[in-house]
Amino acid sequence: MTSETVDTATAPRVLLDPTGERVAATVPRAARPRSLDGLTVGLLNITKPRGDVFLDRLEGLLTERGLRVERYAKPTFTKPAPVDLRHEIATKCDLVIEALAD
Amino acid sequence: MNGVELRDGVVAVVKADCPTCRLVAPLLSTLDVEVVSEDADAGLATSYRLGVEAVPTLVRLKAGEEVERLVGWDRAAWRSFTGVADLGDDLPQYRPGCGSRTQDPGVAEELAVRFGGSQLRARRVELGALEDEAEAIFDRGWTDGLPVVPPTESRVLRMLEGTTRAPDEVVGVVPPDLVHCTVEKVAINAVMAGCRPEYLPVVLAAVEACCTSEFNGHGLLATTYFSGPVVIVNGPVRRAIGMNSGVNALGQGTRANLAVGRALQLVIRNVGGGRPGGVDRATLGNPGKIAFCFAEDEEGSPFEPLSVSRGAPAGASAVTLFAGAGVQPVVDQLSRDPESLARTLAVCLRTVAHPKLVIAFDALIVISPEHGRVFRQAGWDRARLLDELTALLQLPGSELVRGAGGIAEGVPGHLAGTTLPKFRPGGLLVTHAGGRAGLFSAIVAGWASGETGSQPVTREVGT
Repeated sequence: MTSETVDTATAPRVLLDPTGERVAATVPRAARPRSLDGLTVGLLNITKPRGDVFLDRLEGLLTERGLRVERYAKPTFTKPAPVDLRHEIATKCDLVIEALAD
Repeated sequence: MNGVELRDGVVAVVKADCPTCRLVAPLLSTLDVEVVSEDADAGLATSYRLGVEAVPTLVRLKAGEEVERLVGWDRAAWRSFTGVADLGDDLPQYRPGCGSRTQDPGVAEELAVRFGGSQLRARRVELGALEDEAEAIFDRGWTDGLPVVPPTESRVLRMLEGTTRAPDEVVGVVPPDLVHCTVEKVAINAVMAGCRPEYLPVVLAAVEACCTSEFNGHGLLATTYFSGPVVIVNGPVRRAIGMNSGVNALGQGTRANLAVGRALQLVIRNVGGGRPGGVDRATLGNPGKIAFCFAEDEEGSPFEPLSVSRGAPAGASAVTLFAGAGVQPVVDQLSRDPESLARTLAVCLRTVAHPKLVIAFDALIVISPEHGRVFRQAGWDRARLLDELTALLQLPGSELVRGAGGIAEGVPGHLAGTTLPKFRPGGLLVTHAGGRAGLFSAIVAGWASGETGSQPVTREVGT
């Protein structure tokens, strides 16, 4: 502005927010079970190398203790788990263990 | 009229430094008109809202609506407009007006902010009187670690002049927070990155490409791997916005290259919420994650434009996004035939990620002009070079299996008797850029490839 009538020197400096302006939703954590007795444990492999080694061992240990185990795998470790897979795990299992192996 | 009270009757808009306005000033004082000067704020607001482009302008209002307008001095026209038969006998017959102050360079956007009732929706963040602008932006976590241009409303409005798209149009859903990103939000981040308005369509195309499921911007951001989006630009827009495809094309020093690449990264950071240490889990990262954007040298290339080879129309401007992990030099100063030079590229490509790992990683090859000349003189096009490289990169499983060469890393042992390709089909991109001197090319190693990771995506640049 070249005119003396438009005084930017004393005008409030206002910026536009460059962010997504999201208000983070707070989702409460599910209650932790006191005991694993009688529960079904989901084992989710994100399909990184050797995740199966870790989960095979866990499955053995959990089965020895008489727990039911369900095995799941993401199609690819590079993308979030598909919503149907998440829904199936939530429906069938009481808790889930995810293998972030490499 | 956005709050400006205008009475019915005739308004005359003038400014002090217009000779025609001064010429008609005595006459205006004798007429039943409301004289409004652009030299005062209120007059400037009125002029802006009436859309006055030149002064003097007479506007007749009836029931709050404009019914008649006259620009400049024209005795006959003024007589007819005012109904005064002997008006201005002592004045020349005709004098053109001067440009309105609302049309001065850079003023229109300021006036839109002050008087226009802005259409922009972003939250306004007012800075304290003693706050340093650059520091305030750092404090809010909006930068990549370097200072940015403060995104004031007038700058964002100027940026939006670079596109025909509406500010509220959604460009894409930006990972990792999956936020619907509008043209306005891209423009804000483009201002911060240092873009000029004419870069905006290129940034918009890059954001669009990044938000596709094929490109998988979410995984690319979240990975522990080095990679980030690399933007390769084709078509007339390269020259139109002054992009560099020559000397130091992948380096510093060219505003358009850096600002476009940086704008994309700022959109991911600010709109998508993707920040290092948050969803970005890169072990080391690479400097290209600040900005990695360059133009292909189409004119000197032995190959057709990269975008055309990927399905974009010839002559159209386009961006191609590749999930790249940094620059690996290829030196060959002795090969003068394409077979030898292809073998050099192949042995260097074999080291992408690890010489014993195959198929999992893509690569982008940037052929420089002096290496490109070898292929051109031999009549090799892109397809021929890719065929040769594919043949040279069929690797014996016995060299790749875990433990081979005394190295634990490698493919599972049962593949020892097989032959494996270094790259998946379509996993190599070839482009052409660089200065005229230097028998060097570059490999930009990729990330997890194909459907399990990221696929290159090409998008046309719109308006």
